[in-house]
Amino acid sequence: MSELHDEVSELERQSATAARLFDIRRIIGGLFTLYGVIVTVAGLTASDADLRKAQGVNINLWTGLGMLALGVFFLAWLALRPAAAEPDGRPDGQDDGRGGTAG
Amino acid sequence: MITLAAGLRLPTNGLDYAILALYFLVVLGIGFAARRSVRTSLDFFLSGRSLPAWVTGLAFVAANLGATEILGMAATGAQYGVAVVHWYWIGAIPAMVFLGLVMMPFYYRSKVRSVPEFLLQRFDRSAHLLSSVLFAFAAVLIAGVNLYALSIVVEALLGWPQWVAIVVAGLFVLAYITIGGLSSAIYNEVLQFFVILAALIPLALLGLKRVGGWDGLTHALTTAHGGNFLTAWGGTGIGQANPLGANWLTIILGLGFVLSFGYWTTNFAEVQRALSAKNLSAARRTPLIAAFPKMFIVFLVMIPGLVAAVLVPKIGAPDGLQYNDAIPYLMQELLPNGVLGLAVTGLLAAFMAGMAANVSSFNTVFTYDIWAKYVKTGRPDAYYLRFGRLITAIGVLASIGTAFIASSFSNIMGYLQTLFSFFNVPMFVVFIIGMFWKRASMKSGVWGLLAGTTAAMVNYFWIYKQGVISIPTDQGANFVSAIVGFVAGALVMVVVTLFTEPKPQAELAGLVYGTTAPGLEEPPAEGDDAWYRKPALLGWGALVLAALCYLPYSL
Repeated sequence: MSELHDEVSELERQSATAARLFDIRRIIGGLFTLYGVIVTVAGLTASDADLRKAQGVNINLWTGLGMLALGVFFLAWLALRPAAAEPDGRPDGQDDGRGGTAG
Repeated sequence: MITLAAGLRLPTNGLDYAILALYFLVVLGIGFAARRSVRTSLDFFLSGRSLPAWVTGLAFVAANLGATEILGMAATGAQYGVAVVHWYWIGAIPAMVFLGLVMMPFYYRSKVRSVPEFLLQRFDRSAHLLSSVLFAFAAVLIAGVNLYALSIVVEALLGWPQWVAIVVAGLFVLAYITIGGLSSAIYNEVLQFFVILAALIPLALLGLKRVGGWDGLTHALTTAHGGNFLTAWGGTGIGQANPLGANWLTIILGLGFVLSFGYWTTNFAEVQRALSAKNLSAARRTPLIAAFPKMFIVFLVMIPGLVAAVLVPKIGAPDGLQYNDAIPYLMQELLPNGVLGLAVTGLLAAFMAGMAANVSSFNTVFTYDIWAKYVKTGRPDAYYLRFGRLITAIGVLASIGTAFIASSFSNIMGYLQTLFSFFNVPMFVVFIIGMFWKRASMKSGVWGLLAGTTAAMVNYFWIYKQGVISIPTDQGANFVSAIVGFVAGALVMVVVTLFTEPKPQAELAGLVYGTTAPGLEEPPAEGDDAWYRKPALLGWGALVLAALCYLPYSL
């Protein structure tokens, strides 16, 4: 019990994830904003055949706008509540493991 | 197994492929970007136990939301109707809540790095080695199932030869996990979660519109299959016939209690996500946060299944469209280019994430539980980190090799659950008795595992398959096998305990209900006392909501 406990605690002290792992909100926000723009444009230029296939709904437009909204939401969340431990420019180690992000 | 009908080739164009290519680029990018955060083996295997709860929670859902689950559950919906909700509302939510509220404190505080490692602490080396080897074997097998399923779907939908799909997807998974470790796997799972939603929501909505809304759907299916097809519990009285081949008792005990508790609370591919959370509060909230999306995902797979059953009344007939074709068929019928590319991306992402979840749990168990405990002990941490990367590559290659085992089952879920009922059922009985009964002896663990696995296998392959007792369907037989395995494991544990040594009291501290280990309490992190982060509220809220979901389909 205590042997395992000590070993893992020591590994936790040396761990670099909290200090150096980037914030996934940046990736979700970026990709969904990009996807949103692409799919929205596909919706704006939809052909009659596209509309007929999708039961008369401009599904590309609505999906694109939805994805755009999600992407912007994540980017805004990131901007308003940045992670406590910045992934950039932190020297190795010496992070006390506080590395919490919002949420 | 998945066999998609011919003629499902999707009319993809450059726009769809651009969306797909972009996703593959981001997947690799996440792997490379996560590389710099990997310094110790704990970073590689458990993200240094430092991720926030919403990330681990979404990864917890997504690790299960592989494409075998998506296509398989849509198939179950097309075949059995609304009864598919059992797999979610009674078959997942109670187990996830139990994991978060009851079991997680023992898992997380004891600092075990894997599910088998908990067995080592609580029981002995034989239980540990047995469960580690069984898990490693099953993980590679299931990763192989995912990969094989992916290749069949890709061949049918996009026209790539199977071997191309296997090699490309396998190498991508190999690359991003070997480079970025669990952080890379988890981040990709979170991304996959949102992409699959972006694919399934439009599909379900358009499908409903196509058949005239929920009313049109209900009317058509009631005419074709009778009223029970649209209720959760209709026809499940003991002795009554229903397409599921199960009654309310085997549904509640077999699926709801044994199978799902076994899967959600002791399958390391799931529990690993919670163990990588940054503190106990976040670890407990991981399955609880996951419970809420899980509850509603059933609509996104059930509706396409039901719609396909309306549009193709002969679905499931030998030479026509198969149940597993439900979602690909609707994609072909309803989605224009653009959203179509998203849907293809979502399916591929789900296949890869399902495989990656198994590979990233396999490498952890193989390194920490097998290699570091029984083969090369006491090496410096850097050695195990290097070995972990090596075994990840070997695991991916092995799962490519095992991809061909799964070919004799018509429904993927049946196949996977058959496996789970053999491996996971005894795990759950050993855990639950070990966590709640101090006296359970060191040796009772391994004997419980052996007895439960054997009993479930005997029940399935001999009593059911040889027709000793008549059970209508594979699903129904799975549920019964699970109950048999659970009871056999429990009985054997009690008997063995009566005749063998208990574990010394001091070594049980913090592992068994009612004991605490000194010095393990950590002060709550800042903000964790907010009401919406209270595990009890989240857990009970999920249970109540799941019960409410049943109401419209039960009255």
